[in-house]
Amino acid sequence: MLQTSVNSGTDRTLAQLHEGEAGVLDRLDLPDDIARRLMELGFLPGHIIVPARSAPGGEPRVYRVDGSEVALRRETASHLILRAPKT
Amino acid sequence: MSDCHSCAGCAVAEAPPALHKNARSHVVAIIGPPNSGKSTLFNRLTGLRQKVANFPGVTVEQRVGKARMQQHHDVVLVDLPGVYSLNPRSEDEQVTRDVLAGTMPGVPKPDALLLILDCTNLGRHLVLAAPILSLKLPTLVILNMADDLKSRGGHVDTAELASELGSPVALISASKGQGVEKVFQFMEGTSAGTSSLAPPRVELPILQDIPRCRQWANDVGTGAAYRAPAPPIWTRRLDSVFLHPIIGPLIFLLVVAGVFQTIFKGAKPLMDGLQSLIQTSGQWIEHVLPASIFRSLLVDGVWSGVGAVIVFLPQILLLFLFIGILEDSGYLARAALIADRTMAKFGLQGKSFIPLISAYACAVPAIMATRTIENKRDRLATILIAPFMTCSARLPVYTLIIAAFIADRPILGHFFGAQAAALLGLYVLGFVAAVMTAKLLKSSILKSERVPFVLEMPPYRWPTLRSLSLRLIDRSKVFLRRAGTVILLVIVVLWVLENLPVKNGRPPEIADSFAGMIGHAVEPVIKPLGFNWKIGIGLVSSIAAREVIVGTLGTIYGKEGTSESVGLRRALQSDLTPGGAVALLVFFAFAMQCMSTIAVVRRETGGWRWPALQFSYMTFLAYLCALIANEVVRSGVFT
Repeated sequence: MLQTSVNSGTDRTLAQLHEGEAGVLDRLDLPDDIARRLMELGFLPGHIIVPARSAPGGEPRVYRVDGSEVALRRETASHLILRAPKT
Repeated sequence: MSDCHSCAGCAVAEAPPALHKNARSHVVAIIGPPNSGKSTLFNRLTGLRQKVANFPGVTVEQRVGKARMQQHHDVVLVDLPGVYSLNPRSEDEQVTRDVLAGTMPGVPKPDALLLILDCTNLGRHLVLAAPILSLKLPTLVILNMADDLKSRGGHVDTAELASELGSPVALISASKGQGVEKVFQFMEGTSAGTSSLAPPRVELPILQDIPRCRQWANDVGTGAAYRAPAPPIWTRRLDSVFLHPIIGPLIFLLVVAGVFQTIFKGAKPLMDGLQSLIQTSGQWIEHVLPASIFRSLLVDGVWSGVGAVIVFLPQILLLFLFIGILEDSGYLARAALIADRTMAKFGLQGKSFIPLISAYACAVPAIMATRTIENKRDRLATILIAPFMTCSARLPVYTLIIAAFIADRPILGHFFGAQAAALLGLYVLGFVAAVMTAKLLKSSILKSERVPFVLEMPPYRWPTLRSLSLRLIDRSKVFLRRAGTVILLVIVVLWVLENLPVKNGRPPEIADSFAGMIGHAVEPVIKPLGFNWKIGIGLVSSIAAREVIVGTLGTIYGKEGTSESVGLRRALQSDLTPGGAVALLVFFAFAMQCMSTIAVVRRETGGWRWPALQFSYMTFLAYLCALIANEVVRSGVFT
C-alpha cells in the first residue's frame, strides 16, 4: 500500500482511486437492491478492485473486479467505500 | 455432508421423476448469466429450428427451439434471459423463476436444465449454480469458453467439480462447437429418463446471501482445482487503442459514421432495386389479369403492401450485420462507454446511442436494435424517442414543401441557403423533441428506481459467420412475421379507403372515396393548422408511410406525385398558406405517421399499450406545435 494517503475521518471511495491503484472494498453505501446487483457483478466487501481506463472525460470508468471488467459512473463508484489501509 | 454416498441410491430410486411423459415433448431450459454464451449455445443446439416470441405480458423475449436427437424425439429447448441470481428483482429474473417453477403460462415446466457458465470467470458465475442446483432438476453444468480458459493458462478439474456439485459437468466452447456432443448426450439421457440425480457433495448455501454464495463458489472452485486464467492480453492491448483518450473517440466517430452511411446510403440501391422489382412484377400482374377492382386490390393494395414491408429488409439486414459485428466482437460495450457521458445528459445511457443514430435512417431497424440495452427503462425510453429522429422517409415531404414555400436566399454564401437552413432546422427540431421527451419520460413514467449504470466489458472476440447469419435470419423473420402482417393489413385497409365506394363499377375520384370523406370530416380539426381537406387525405394516407403523402397529393391535384414535381409545387403554393406549409413541416417532424414503426414498437414492447401512448403523445405534440407554427407565421412575425 504505497502512497495511499487516508484523510482521517472521511472514507475513501472507489471514485477517488487513481488508475491502476488497487483498493479493497469495505461496504456499499447504496440501497439494498442496487448493492445486490453490484455484488452479483463482483463488488463484494473484501474484494480487490483496480480502476482501469475510463471513457473520454473520465466518465464512466472501467473497474477490474473479480476476474472481469465492469464500467460504473462516478455517482455509483462514489458510494462504494474502501477499506482503510492498515498503517 | 459425509453420508452422501449412502443416499445416492435412494435419490435415484425416489426420482423416477415424471420423465416418461409421452404426452408432451421433453423440455430443456438453458439458463446462465449474461455474457456466458447462452445464445451461442442455443443457436448451436437448434440452428434454424427456433422461433422468437415474447413471454406473455412482458417485454422479455422468449426463444424456443428444437434440438434433433439421434435416438429420441426432438427436445424442446427454452432459452431463458441472462440472470446472475433468482432473486426476483427484474422482469428477467421473475420470468426465469416462473419458467423454472412451471408457473409461466404457455411454457411447460422444464424436465431438465442446461446451466451455462463462463469458465474464465468461474468463481463469479458459479454463484448461480447454488439456486439452480437446489431446484433438484436434472442439470448439466456447462463450462463455456473452454478454448479461452486453455489459451490463457487456466484450469479446472471437471470430474472433481461434477462430484462436488452432484451434476454432470461439460467443458465446451459453444462458439467453436467443441464439446457440444456432451450436451446432446446429456439430453439423450434425460429424454430417456436414465439420468440420475446424485446429491451434491458440497452443501448448497442459503440463496439470499451473496457474500456467502460467492465464498461457497470460491470453495467449490478450489475443490475442483480451478485456476483462473491470466488476464486477456489482447483485450487490454485493444482497449489501449479503442479507449485511448484521443484515438478512441476518433475510432468511435468513424464506426458511427460507417453505420450511418451504410444504412442511409448503402441500403439505398438495394431498396430501390427491391422497389422496382415489386413495381415491375406488379405491372406484370396487372398485365396478366383482366381489369377489375379485384386486380387493383391485388396490385395496388396487397402487392404494394408486400413491397412496403420488404423494402425495409436491406436496412434491417445491414444494421443488424453491423450491430452483430459490434456486439459479438465486444466493441459495442466500448462504444457505449464512450457515448455514455453525452447520453447521460439526456437521462439515457451509452447503449442508446447506436439505435438513436440508426433512427436517422429509419426508426424501424433502430427500434429493433434497442434490444442490446439490458436496462428495461432505458430501452423503453429509447424506443419511445427514436421516431423523433428525422428519418429518411420524411425527406421527400420536407423537400417538396421547402422547395415550394421557402425562397432559397443565401445565408452563408452559396453553400448554405435558406432552404438548407430550413432542412437543418427540422433535423434540430426532431432532435430537441427527442431529448425533451427523454427527459420528460425519465422524470415521470420511466423514473428509474435509481438503477445504476452498469456495463460489463466482455473480452474482444472474433465474430463468427454462423452467429452473424443466424442473427440476420432471426431479425428478418421477426420483422416479416410480426411487423409485416400489421403493415400489410393497414396498406390493404388504406387501399379500401381510397378505392371505395365503387361508382358505376369504377373506383371513385379520391375526393369522393372513403379517404376523401375522412379528409373532409377531419377538416374542421385540422383547419386551425392551416390544412384543408386535401392535406387531410394526405395525412390519412401517410399513416402507411410518411412519403406516401407526396404521391397522394399528386393524385389529388392531378400533378406528378414526386418531391421534385414543379406542377405539384405550384398547386400547393396556390392552395396552402405559408403558415399551413410551415405547420405541415412541423407536423411531420413530430407526428408518428408511420405504421411500420407502430407495428415494430408493439412487437418490441409486447403489446399495444406503449405504441398507443407514443402515437397519442406524438400526434398531440405535432398538432400543438403545428398550431403554434401556423399562428406565428400568420401573425407575420417573420415577414
